[in-house]
Amino acid sequence: MDIYINGKKCKAVQGETILEVAGKNGVRIPTLCYHSDLCLAGNCRICVVDVDGARTLQTACTAMASNGMKIWTNTPRVIKARKMNIQLLLGSHFGECYTCPRNNNCELLKLAEEYGIEELPFPKKGKRTGALEITPSITRDPDKCIMCGRCVRTCEELQGVHAVKPVGRSSDIHIGTFFDQGLMHTSCTMCGQCINRCPTGALYETSCVQPVWDALADPDKYVVVQTAPAVRAALGEEFGMEPGSRVTGKMVAGLRRLGFNKIFDTQFTADLTIIEEGTEFLTRLKRTLVNKEKGLLPMTTSCSPGWIKYIEHFYPELLTHVSTCKSPQQMFGPLAKTYFAEKEGINPAKMITVSIMPCVAKKYEAERPEMNASGYKDVDYVLTTRELAKMMKMAGLDLKDMPVEEYDNPFGISTGAAVIFGATGGVMEAALRTVYEIVTGREIPFKNLDITPVRGMEDVKEAEVTIEGVKEEYKFLEGAKVKVAVAHSLSAAKKVMDKVRSGEAEYHFIEIMACPGGCLGGGGQPIPTSPEIRKARARAIYEEDESMTIRKSHENPAIKKLYEDFLEKPNSHKAHELLHTHYLKRKRFDKVK
Amino acid sequence: MPAAGFVLEKRKQGEALKKAFEINRAEITDMIKDSGLKGRGGAGFPTGLKMYLCGAAADTIKYVVCNADEGEPGTFKDRVILETVPEKVFEGMAITAYVIGAKEGIVYLRGEYEYLKAGLENTLNGMRKNNLLGEKILGADFDFDIRIALGAGAYVCGEETALIESLEGKRGEAKNKPPFPVSSGLFCHPTLVSNVETFCNIPHIVTGGAQWFKNIGSEKSAGTKLVSVSGDVKKPGVYEIPFGMKVKDLLKLVEAENTKAVDIGGASGIVIPESQFDREISFEDIPTGGSVIVFDKTRKMIDVMENFMEFFLDESCGQCTPCREGTKYFVDAVEKIKNGKITDQELKNLRDISNCMKLTSKCGLGQSSTNAFISILDNFKKELLS
Repeated sequence: MDIYINGKKCKAVQGETILEVAGKNGVRIPTLCYHSDLCLAGNCRICVVDVDGARTLQTACTAMASNGMKIWTNTPRVIKARKMNIQLLLGSHFGECYTCPRNNNCELLKLAEEYGIEELPFPKKGKRTGALEITPSITRDPDKCIMCGRCVRTCEELQGVHAVKPVGRSSDIHIGTFFDQGLMHTSCTMCGQCINRCPTGALYETSCVQPVWDALADPDKYVVVQTAPAVRAALGEEFGMEPGSRVTGKMVAGLRRLGFNKIFDTQFTADLTIIEEGTEFLTRLKRTLVNKEKGLLPMTTSCSPGWIKYIEHFYPELLTHVSTCKSPQQMFGPLAKTYFAEKEGINPAKMITVSIMPCVAKKYEAERPEMNASGYKDVDYVLTTRELAKMMKMAGLDLKDMPVEEYDNPFGISTGAAVIFGATGGVMEAALRTVYEIVTGREIPFKNLDITPVRGMEDVKEAEVTIEGVKEEYKFLEGAKVKVAVAHSLSAAKKVMDKVRSGEAEYHFIEIMACPGGCLGGGGQPIPTSPEIRKARARAIYEEDESMTIRKSHENPAIKKLYEDFLEKPNSHKAHELLHTHYLKRKRFDKVK
Repeated sequence: MPAAGFVLEKRKQGEALKKAFEINRAEITDMIKDSGLKGRGGAGFPTGLKMYLCGAAADTIKYVVCNADEGEPGTFKDRVILETVPEKVFEGMAITAYVIGAKEGIVYLRGEYEYLKAGLENTLNGMRKNNLLGEKILGADFDFDIRIALGAGAYVCGEETALIESLEGKRGEAKNKPPFPVSSGLFCHPTLVSNVETFCNIPHIVTGGAQWFKNIGSEKSAGTKLVSVSGDVKKPGVYEIPFGMKVKDLLKLVEAENTKAVDIGGASGIVIPESQFDREISFEDIPTGGSVIVFDKTRKMIDVMENFMEFFLDESCGQCTPCREGTKYFVDAVEKIKNGKITDQELKNLRDISNCMKLTSKCGLGQSSTNAFISILDNFKKELLS
């Protein structure tokens, strides 16, 4: 069908919104509550346009195109109304722009500039309450909230968690939690996806930047840092580089200039996770197939702390299915403070472990009381990708200008299997590369080791691998068809877990990541996020995998040495002490006090 | 009460339903269309067209919802209907259901009217006993029943999409239109939502015919309107008037004296001064969902203004920017007017905000919530700004 935008004939398809058709035809309509990952709300009323025959202005984000429709995107009353709505929002938003964590990256501020807002019709209403809610991962500043509802839609639709909702009416309305008890008393998984979609500074990570500066400045402290796989595929965005830019070596150089004593890679412990988790998986397979034990399969991954908190709240009866392996971050912490400290003769009490994560749930994970296997707090501080960028900027470092440098040994050695942990399906792919080879002695039969069925952005992916020609000790697996599933985002996790709960699922192994796209779409990654940006980051991650000389975790020489020197063998007693954990059954929300 | 009155009259139960079964669905739709019946809740959407659209929607599940969330300040005519002739409302719903192909009807009853529920259930039971509801109604191949759902006190739930959200167990907030409820309403099924009084008219039209109905009222507003008259009058209460009645005639009828101003349409309506009392109550002039509030010369218009603006400050659902953010400035403005401190620039800004609210609010609440402020300001400028 044809519609007319500002007098120009445009092709439109049934079901397309005015905004979509305008976008395709190069007509920009400003938006605020709209987000490409979320359902349409039409709350902010910024994207209003004139439609011939309509009494009121129509929101371009929600109004569907219809044949012959005549749309005007810039009439005087449209401009005036948009401007007024921006002014009204500014009137109740405490825009302390220069002290705001979203300084220079605020959608409301951009709109104010675009529409030339020089004054407000009336002075600002109300007072700054300063009522911050601070959790280990997420800080909420209600004074900066403009009620666009993106966080609510993120939590409901994308994550199926429903931790935040609008509470109250009219000017009393606010984004609240169950009986306003706070996030820590709800099923909030701390994934931080709400942060990535907040247009203002109403939501941000609880910062650890200052204590890390303090540690770096303290001559008595030995500060080691680990960087998660997904960070290197996104950090560049904070410095104006295109999404999908790979900045691994530059990031290492930057970290070295910040003053960290050792620059290590979480990918080292990602490889270790594959060995521990792969071994655990084979044990579970044997106990199920040979001993006929129940409740062990399917086994799910445990790398994503958002996912862990989700299953603790929503499927506590299925916790036995979760791998007991700690996440790579939490494997790194105790190894640094035991194995590495011993080797280097460093007093672990004086060691500070910092991790750079694409994630905010990792901050919560590091605070979990059980995470002290080394006898100390295993991971002292977690910084997001965004926080690292901030520190570099504070130190006058521009990532673009950094040379390319290498990680330090021994925890800087990793494989292609580890880097793909950053993308949905990556853990599964890495595990299959290793498990298949352990069982058969041969490489998994996929071209170039790329297990493509588990790659891509479909919310639930399934694959089947037939195991043939096994080694003697894996006789019980001869001819077995191993079925796997991969889910990313918690609403996708729900789809899979409901099947597990009902017994309908025939899977043996499930990878679940809390965030869309996997870690590359984590709550600590550069803002904005969109399906296109996540695809670009995924591309970078798979390119990085291909560029590595070793692409299978079990071939990582530093891991082999770690077992020889320290852990003895996979799933050993010592490995269990340091690298495995247990989970907690949680309720959906606490009793109202 | 004028001779035209029929809405509150008892009539033989089931007569209209029986007649509906004798003629086909399309004919009934046409009959309602031809009669010119428009929604009595205030918006005035043509009921026959709504029936047609909902009937034409392809779905095996459809709903008929009676909007009994009578929340407009000064309106109490639906309460009187539900107290005196609920069976006519239910019969109107059944006819509508028959026409559009619905099996389930729901009365969304205002939370404050909970005390009516037992009586309404009684009426429903009686109708079930008489086979006017339930399976194979009056022997026809038509099953239909009605249940009552209670609101929880939000004014915005009188808006049909917010009402549907509330019925679904969600927060009462207006949804984006389109889709309209006739194509995707309750639980995403086609849903016809109409006001209590609208349904009450349907049995009369089915038996009396379109022409009979059209003969009552004005050119573009067929039939009668129940108005609830309150304020400075000797005879407050619910009146049934033919559309097109002049305000001054209504004032005579209710024995109002020394009248200074009349609010028509409640908090979302307009307030007119004496010079406009020969205007008409009709869709073509001043529409109303039923509220008529009369103020005599002892009243201060600033108080009226304050009352209405505070009402909206409480009742905006808070979802969309203009309504949530705009309303509070009008409450402040009342205070400034009271203190004689409002400037011309501020009044201009308020008009700009009001226009923005009218043009861009998501639902009728925000689009109309400054009506009272602006009409009082325009019509009583001298009193307010002296």
